[in-house]
Amino acid sequence: MAQGSISINGNRFPFEPEQTILQIAENNQIRIPTLCYLKGASPTGACRICVVEVEGARSLLAACSTPAVDGMVVHTESPRVVASRRETLELLLASGNHNCAIGSTREKDWTAFQMQAAASDNGEDLCPAWGDCRLQDLAYHYQVEGGKYPRTTPPYPMETVNPLIVRDFSRCILCGRCVQACNEIQVNRAIDFGYRGVAAKVVAGTDVPLKDSQCVFCGECIQACPTGALVEKKARFVWRPWKNRKIRTTCPYCGVGCQQWLHVQDDRIVKVTGVEDGAPNQGRLCVKGRFGYDFIYSDERLKTPLIREGDDFREASWDEALDLVADRFKAIIKESGSDALAGVSCARSINEDSYQMQKLFRGVFKTNNIDHCART
Amino acid sequence: MFLVIGSNMTEAHPVAATFVKNAVLNGARLVVVDPRRHRLVDFADMHLPLKVGSDIALLNAIMHVLIEENLYDKAFVAEHTTGFDQLKETVQACPPEKAAPVCGIDATTIRKVARLLASVKPVMVCYTLGITEHTCGKNNVMSVANLQMLLGNMGVEMGGVNPLRGQNNVQGACDMGALPNVYPGYQPVTDAKACEKFETAWQTTGMSQEVGLMIPQMMDGLVDGKVRGFYIFGENLANTEPDIHKVEHELASAEFLVVQDIFLNETTRFADVVLPAAAWSENDGTFTNSERRVSRVRTASPAPGVAMPNWWIFREIARRFGHAWPSNSGREIWDNEISMLAPSLGGIKYHRIEGDGLQWPCPTVEHPGTAYLHRGGQFTCGLGRFTPAEWTPPAEVPDENYPLVLSTGRRLYHYHTRTQTGRCEGLNDLLGEETADISFVDADRLGIENGERIRVKSRRGEVAVRANVTPEVPQGMVWMAFHFREGNANWLTNAAFDPFTLTAEYKACAVRIEKM
Repeated sequence: MAQGSISINGNRFPFEPEQTILQIAENNQIRIPTLCYLKGASPTGACRICVVEVEGARSLLAACSTPAVDGMVVHTESPRVVASRRETLELLLASGNHNCAIGSTREKDWTAFQMQAAASDNGEDLCPAWGDCRLQDLAYHYQVEGGKYPRTTPPYPMETVNPLIVRDFSRCILCGRCVQACNEIQVNRAIDFGYRGVAAKVVAGTDVPLKDSQCVFCGECIQACPTGALVEKKARFVWRPWKNRKIRTTCPYCGVGCQQWLHVQDDRIVKVTGVEDGAPNQGRLCVKGRFGYDFIYSDERLKTPLIREGDDFREASWDEALDLVADRFKAIIKESGSDALAGVSCARSINEDSYQMQKLFRGVFKTNNIDHCART
Repeated sequence: MFLVIGSNMTEAHPVAATFVKNAVLNGARLVVVDPRRHRLVDFADMHLPLKVGSDIALLNAIMHVLIEENLYDKAFVAEHTTGFDQLKETVQACPPEKAAPVCGIDATTIRKVARLLASVKPVMVCYTLGITEHTCGKNNVMSVANLQMLLGNMGVEMGGVNPLRGQNNVQGACDMGALPNVYPGYQPVTDAKACEKFETAWQTTGMSQEVGLMIPQMMDGLVDGKVRGFYIFGENLANTEPDIHKVEHELASAEFLVVQDIFLNETTRFADVVLPAAAWSENDGTFTNSERRVSRVRTASPAPGVAMPNWWIFREIARRFGHAWPSNSGREIWDNEISMLAPSLGGIKYHRIEGDGLQWPCPTVEHPGTAYLHRGGQFTCGLGRFTPAEWTPPAEVPDENYPLVLSTGRRLYHYHTRTQTGRCEGLNDLLGEETADISFVDADRLGIENGERIRVKSRRGEVAVRANVTPEVPQGMVWMAFHFREGNANWLTNAAFDPFTLTAEYKACAVRIEKM
């Protein structure tokens, strides 16, 4: 099936029909930086970060959207490529409240800028995406300081009028990954590009707040956002990558069984993301999977066994409560036989729990009166 | 191509729906069969808004056309199935013209959809509770399976009959034998050999070989005294079962009720003892999803107070009966017991599912797992058996006093009785109360405005909720969920059950609506 081969940085690689330069490079562990490219969606070539030099081509070409042609000779980090990427990054850094440490040496008005960003964030911390920002990573990688161009004032205020997603347009670089995540990955069709030129903005519906749009708050856009433009409200300035431990688990809601990363800080889940490339959900989550984790920290959780006393309950120790259960069950079995007991297991709990409960009923109580809510 | 029947995927299984939508954008065909015009319909080639509970009539009429017009997979039927003649006889008596008034889909459309289904291979059928939650639920499932066998869509990738399981581990709870008729791995309790095998493994004797009670029978037993001790683990039956007045009477009749849960809820009100359990992220274990994939669940934070893992609580009760169970962690229970005792899970061990899970059947540790069943038309029982069914109406149909059909289901922002989602910041803001979803036509007829509080009454109860006037719902239908105690649809639903599965008819009962 190979369509020939191309040369990348002096090495030859065969390729399949319709493969792009980026795909061939990735398959062969050659890193080409990307920003707007979203796996699983059609490449747009919008951000120009993935440009590469192709011998014989007049201009640099976007690796994400350029199909390989037999005999192509590609350079991924040539001086021309690096200069172009640095220029792109300078422009992006000047386009909003990108107030990470990048740029601190050249700008005279750094303090004023930080004050303005802090006022916009309503807090003193640096950007909520600090340490988890592709723009920041790339700026560091290519040692781009920022400040070469005057900073533009963000034209749109932050949107916070929904309970789950903060849309900070001051940090949006218009890469379009969120638009693709919404339209091509989740296919909820809630957001798209609106307006033109310098007024361009990612809009929901006819530029209404998310809560008044078709948005179903799956948060795929947050997961796709490479900067701090889209952030979980519950995790904003709480979640920090350097404090964070990631634990893989399975979602506790519907039967799809999505794989999640639980982001844990100080023994608390502070945010949830999808496991990219994990089966079965390939990184996708829904509103319940992404935002429905904090019930476990409710003050209303049961913390101790309870025993009925009249119309109320009193607290009890495990020994007292379990002895009572065992004694009553023993008495009922003795008087009326094993089938006078019945149990309902839980379709939300782990397999090991259901196994133990049916083992208890069958092996210990000696009845098959065990069921669960498969019928509901 | 997909046939999605009785499944509101975009709300009940949102992530699964994204993959269906992706496929449609890539050119796959989609037929949606559902009384409601839910969001997946926006992506469908055809939407068949059938009358509630008429699935068998529609499916039989489709099969009638497939046979009449010689569009079915003759090779598959000949080589891999049995009972075709009986099926033919049943569906011959159900031409589209006869089915049309029953299901509310005209004969031309039925013929068109039959031809469309026969034109593409394979077709994947996805169904959910819209199929099963009827008094004819079992027959609905059989009819779907009949269709797929007739079309030769079984035993192939992207084909088959795919029930989307409603809860994260309802598949697993079945696999584990939390059912009255089978041990883990679906080994029948009536089989003396299986009984002996588990007695040996569990170091016990005298286990029952009688099939036990299903939940509705247990509930009846609470009232007539046959069931004296009742142990509810992680279910809020007082809100989830049909006809709440009836359920609460049953729970109140329990002589000794133990409830094990993570919160006090409407069911714990009836408990004698409440045992505090560790929750989802406070436990190491496994869930099994709709594709039979066993995936890991891991501990992220400690349980509050002295709450303990559920498996530990059961083990402690067993100990008080003189049984010393050796396994002392989720991993030990799975690796040393479950996967040793259930042959289809024999190859699944914790060390193999550190990353992605494995799909059973997975009999050996070298086995890669099984993505789809009945490969090459090899069914578990040999030949695939056609089980023809005739249409039967719901137990309660609209009449003069209760002229509308109430159908129930789930909404996107909440899960079941909200014990979990009701305590998550933000989700209540997105959906804070129950509504009665009604059509524009019915709203106009009764002079009901969108958002107006109305009364919904059935023979069993009544609720006051806001009307949600929506184009999703057809004329003659009220659609509600059971997430909120107030306005819970189960004050209204009918405790009529499928005679085989004892699944309740949540999808159909008769109601009327009134202005307040």
